[in-house]
Amino acid sequence: MTQLLEVRDLRVQFSTAQGTATAINGVNLSLEHGQSLGILGESGSGKSVTARTIMGLLDMPPAKINGGEILLEGEDLLTATAKRRRQLTGPVMSMVFQDALSALNPVHPVGRQIGELYRVHRGYSRKAAKAAAIEMMDRVRIPAAASRVNDYPHQFSGGMRQRIVIAMALALDPQLLIADEPTTALDVTVQAQILELLKEQQAENNMGLILITHDISVVREVTDQVAVMYAGRIVEQGPTAHVLGDPRHPYTLGLSQSVANEDLKGRRLPAIEGSPPDLLALPRGCSFANRCPLADEQCSSSAPPLESVGAGRTSACFHSGKVASNVAYSN
Amino acid sequence: MLHTAIDNDERAVASSPIMELRGIKMHYPVAKPMPFAPKKVVKALDGVDLKVLGSQTLGIIGESGCGKSTLARVLSGLEKPTEGKVLFDGVDINELRGAERAAMRRNIQLIFQDPYASLDPRMTVEQILSEPFEIHPDLVPKGGRKAKIAELMELVGLNPDHLGRYPHNFSGGQQQRIGIARGIALNPKVLICDEAVSALDVSVRAQVVNLLQDLQRELGLSFVFIAHDLQIVRHISDAVATMYLGRVVEQGSYAQVYDHSSHPYTQALLSAAPELRQGSNTARELIMLQGDPPSPIDPPAGCRFHTRCPIAQPSCSASEPDLEETAQGHQVRCFFPGPLAGRLN
Amino acid sequence: MSTTITTISTSDGADAVDRAPSPMRGAHRRWWLRPRFAISGTIVLLMILMAAFPQIFTGFGPGPTENCDILLTNQPPSAAHIFGIDIQGCDYYTNIIYGARASILVGIVVSAIAFGIAAVVGAIAGYFGGWIDALISRICDMAFGLPFILAAIVVLQLFGQRNIWTVIFALALFSWPGGVRFMRSSVLEVRNREYVQAAKLLGASNGRIIKKHIVPNAITPLLVLQTLGVGGMISAEAGLTFIGIGLTPPAVSWGLQLAAARDYIDAAPHLLIFPAIFLTVTVLGFVLFGEALRDEFDPKGK
Repeated sequence: MTQLLEVRDLRVQFSTAQGTATAINGVNLSLEHGQSLGILGESGSGKSVTARTIMGLLDMPPAKINGGEILLEGEDLLTATAKRRRQLTGPVMSMVFQDALSALNPVHPVGRQIGELYRVHRGYSRKAAKAAAIEMMDRVRIPAAASRVNDYPHQFSGGMRQRIVIAMALALDPQLLIADEPTTALDVTVQAQILELLKEQQAENNMGLILITHDISVVREVTDQVAVMYAGRIVEQGPTAHVLGDPRHPYTLGLSQSVANEDLKGRRLPAIEGSPPDLLALPRGCSFANRCPLADEQCSSSAPPLESVGAGRTSACFHSGKVASNVAYSN
Repeated sequence: MLHTAIDNDERAVASSPIMELRGIKMHYPVAKPMPFAPKKVVKALDGVDLKVLGSQTLGIIGESGCGKSTLARVLSGLEKPTEGKVLFDGVDINELRGAERAAMRRNIQLIFQDPYASLDPRMTVEQILSEPFEIHPDLVPKGGRKAKIAELMELVGLNPDHLGRYPHNFSGGQQQRIGIARGIALNPKVLICDEAVSALDVSVRAQVVNLLQDLQRELGLSFVFIAHDLQIVRHISDAVATMYLGRVVEQGSYAQVYDHSSHPYTQALLSAAPELRQGSNTARELIMLQGDPPSPIDPPAGCRFHTRCPIAQPSCSASEPDLEETAQGHQVRCFFPGPLAGRLN
Repeated sequence: MSTTITTISTSDGADAVDRAPSPMRGAHRRWWLRPRFAISGTIVLLMILMAAFPQIFTGFGPGPTENCDILLTNQPPSAAHIFGIDIQGCDYYTNIIYGARASILVGIVVSAIAFGIAAVVGAIAGYFGGWIDALISRICDMAFGLPFILAAIVVLQLFGQRNIWTVIFALALFSWPGGVRFMRSSVLEVRNREYVQAAKLLGASNGRIIKKHIVPNAITPLLVLQTLGVGGMISAEAGLTFIGIGLTPPAVSWGLQLAAARDYIDAAPHLLIFPAIFLTVTVLGFVLFGEALRDEFDPKGK
């Protein structure tokens, strides 16, 4: 069976007034049917650009895809025609954005926006589309869906709007759902509901899920696999529990440590010093070298490739064997 | 662990309040949709009493719409409450005028959420940091300002050689450090951090939290730390208050509120945060609340939480409970306080 | 183009922290290489030079009314007189060069006055709000209600003897309300920015906040608007003069030249064509320059 999604050596650059910014610098990803993958990274790591490139949502220019392949069930999306892409978007892959309010059209009732998908892709009648929209709103647990189908986006609360966006994304039963920071704008109690909903829908429909977030605890909650991104590269990849529980890349370790926990009360947080590199001038060697406690000459002269560090795990670090025992972030 | 908790509790008793809110109400009128529509107000804060103790950190937790940000604006004096008193050292800051008010203002500073927006983009860092001393020229003699500004830069971990740069030349974490340097320039007593680290990346957030704690120790500052990151609030706070729809529903030491929460809302809020469930030694079971918080324009009658409360009784919608002392010694606004475990069906 | 970096960082990660540098950064790099900026800037510069030092362009030659030969009138362009000769027998090229002064002066001075009034009054209205804002806004609304050209005609009618300053006065009198509204709305936007609140918390006075934070951050859109307005004022002056209500001879201006040429349109079309070309190019130059400035400050506003 072919992989649901395979990204091979993807490279994306942005031309800016200051120069060329490297947003994605050789990313490889793969996802099977029914699998969930978390892409974890900070701002500028390239995680959102990766998602947008897969969905074909990059503004080009200024963005430019410099190489690579994105295979969706074996079909290369980068060479596909615009028409073919439109056919695939919705029924095969779809996306949930961070800001639900701007993802919905304010002047149309939500029911019509969901129903529109059925009318365009499946040729439903107006009436059938509306019924399907109500069913979809039920599925994402919007209370009294039948009576709210004619309401406008602003009449819903933030959590309900995100449910509607998810309903639209799921309407055509896609095999791949990409959720880009779907709960960042929401309150914790609502975030818990939405994450629950995503997990449940993913399992029920045997869908592939890519969850993009900066929040390590959200990745832990939801996904089986995780890819940690830093400065346009994946630095560590593998089963979520193993990667976050026993990191083999100093950056992953730093991330998981700098989240406060009970035992650190009254002490300093172990922080990664410094800040991420300038995307306009990426260093020749490892991008993390300037903040890394293990860095040596090799790290600043050449970039470490992703190498296997155990069953189903890879890490891009020359010293991945030493990470667990040797790294100490200032305390 | 236990040791620190007791330590903090003892300090809480020992030190006296430096700031106090008494019966604060902050109501904003809502624009009427039609000329003769009934007048509506958003009750952002609806009777809040709080104490900020000297050299301590008061953490405020709650969801959007609970009034946390309004609280920051009222505490800092940016807004005058509709009702109630904001006391600093026993004096109501909103009754002061002119020079007295300016002198008082120095003592309470605010650190904003968006570090870039809080710095004037057309000023260099040097201009930004000299502004406090230009406004209060008697504080530092003109000749000593340059040295003072360089000292501030070093205090917040920035290179004084970068004084000539503009805010956009710095990263988010560095911008927040500049904001903090401006905040402490006038030697304030109270620093209000309104989601001050929320916009920062995880790895940078830890640096800024450490900086704030170092400054607190060195300068004896009191913090009011408002954040939606519950783990960070737990980390930094001595005392914590939970807010829901413009009211404090639970308050006490951080250990009381986090480890012995008695209000069903606090328990649900803490259980919903994955970082707390994962970073805790005691198992927390997820208590899923239904729906979103109601609108502060029309808060529910009786206990404001009864519409989402998993243990609500009919009596809860009839009248509102008072903040009352629990067996653990902290205050809870609930008719049926205590752990939810075992009480859910 | 400097917005692209925003796309990377704000869509990426939770919040817009490492947000784009202000639109000013980088945007200034090599602006002179951009054709619109370069061409319009050159025109504007040339016209201003022409107004200030007409002698440069006429080769230190005589003034507009000297060396005239009343016997030679309405001559078409020739090698000696490249724009021909006008009805008075004077060199038309020299006349047109000297005519720039009135047009440019009116355009720039009126716009500068409007800019000054709008900056101050708009900042006050926007910053203080309340009844001050209500009062200023209503006055603007009333001034807006008057048709601009008509109002200027009425005012000019009150003066028997009209020179360049009367025209400037009449135009300036009604040219500020748009600017005030514009400034007010950009001040409203800046007023609630966090750096303004931070200055308040430091104890800064209202005057200081307006001077140091509000005006510098809110003035750019007004500056652009008024630059765009220079072209409008130049054509207004020419229009008023053309219908005989603006400048009167012996002043020299493109409006007057157009008015005079009207009677000889068949015999000497060049009298109409040359001032018309200069007028059009100047107005266009200022409008394009304003637009180029606008894009320079706000790359998204295209």
